[in-house]
Amino acid sequence: MSDPTIEGYKFKPGYSGMAADTASDQTMFKGVHWGKAMMWIFLLSDTFIFSCFLISYMKGRGSTPVEWPNPSEVFALNAFGVPVPLLLIAIMTFVLITSSGTMALAVKYGYERNRKMCGWLILATAFGGLTFVGMQAFEWSKLIHEGVRPWENPFGAPQFGSFFFMITGFHGTHVSIGVIFLFIYAYKTFAGHYDKGKRGWFTSMKGDYVEIEILGLYWHFVDLVWVFIFAFFYLW
Amino acid sequence: MSEIKKEQTTTHKIGIYLWIWGLLFVLSFFSYMVDWYQFQGLLRWSLILLFMFLKAGLIMAFFMHLFWERYALVNVLLWPMTAIACFVGLMVAEGKYTLFSRIFYFFVGGQ
Repeated sequence: MSDPTIEGYKFKPGYSGMAADTASDQTMFKGVHWGKAMMWIFLLSDTFIFSCFLISYMKGRGSTPVEWPNPSEVFALNAFGVPVPLLLIAIMTFVLITSSGTMALAVKYGYERNRKMCGWLILATAFGGLTFVGMQAFEWSKLIHEGVRPWENPFGAPQFGSFFFMITGFHGTHVSIGVIFLFIYAYKTFAGHYDKGKRGWFTSMKGDYVEIEILGLYWHFVDLVWVFIFAFFYLW
Repeated sequence: MSEIKKEQTTTHKIGIYLWIWGLLFVLSFFSYMVDWYQFQGLLRWSLILLFMFLKAGLIMAFFMHLFWERYALVNVLLWPMTAIACFVGLMVAEGKYTLFSRIFYFFVGGQ
């Protein structure tokens, strides 16, 4: 997305370019907006946190001699009287991927300065995220109703509950924060803050459509984490 | 300055996003099918991992634009993840050892 040109600096591709960029005694991430670089660094640190959760889950599940609850039965949902395995989780996955796609298109239309299209797509993304959080709340209340607690559950190893609430709760928090920001950015886009270069609340930086890409990075990351949770927690 | 910058930002064709979007749906559907048909053992987890890494790779490369970023940024992001993979490997071994010692001392007793 960044196609940089800096006066007096020759861009080289590949690893020699990486060496030159790193050793240039200037900014290292050439042509990358500082906000974008900082978002990437934040996402990297967030990756560490989610990795810690997932690794401790892996270790907890791997080191208990007690039978682990079968997720495809625990998360089954009755549709027309038939229990369908992981039905809700599958729908949640599709909702999150849909919202990720609309976000990617919002970034594209933002850079093309198509204000209306960008705004509507961000709004669609926000509603996708809201649907996801809603379904997660439903799933939580269903499991709590069935007697799943962080310290016990009727299906098997007691660790199951603590890992489930910790991991999906932390992910759900990320989605909720993302939804709040998506609504704020949808407003800012429709209001034309990025066309006029209006300054933000916490920064003197002039508004620019690069902010949509930064928001998009966060949102795709939330989707990315869900890919791993879906694989390791629900399917494994 | 901002005027010049606006002109320079190029975007990619919409087709590539729609393709990746479609692929993500297909891969999610496949990984759901792994559970639907109740594959077990090696087949199950190799398929789960394959679809997971394909999805994660597509999202990072195209939706998060890493495919088009310079190597200085890409490498800063991807090498720490390699360290995480090593950590996963360590903890697999550690988990097995914990399970072994739990079962071992259950039968043999303390002392």
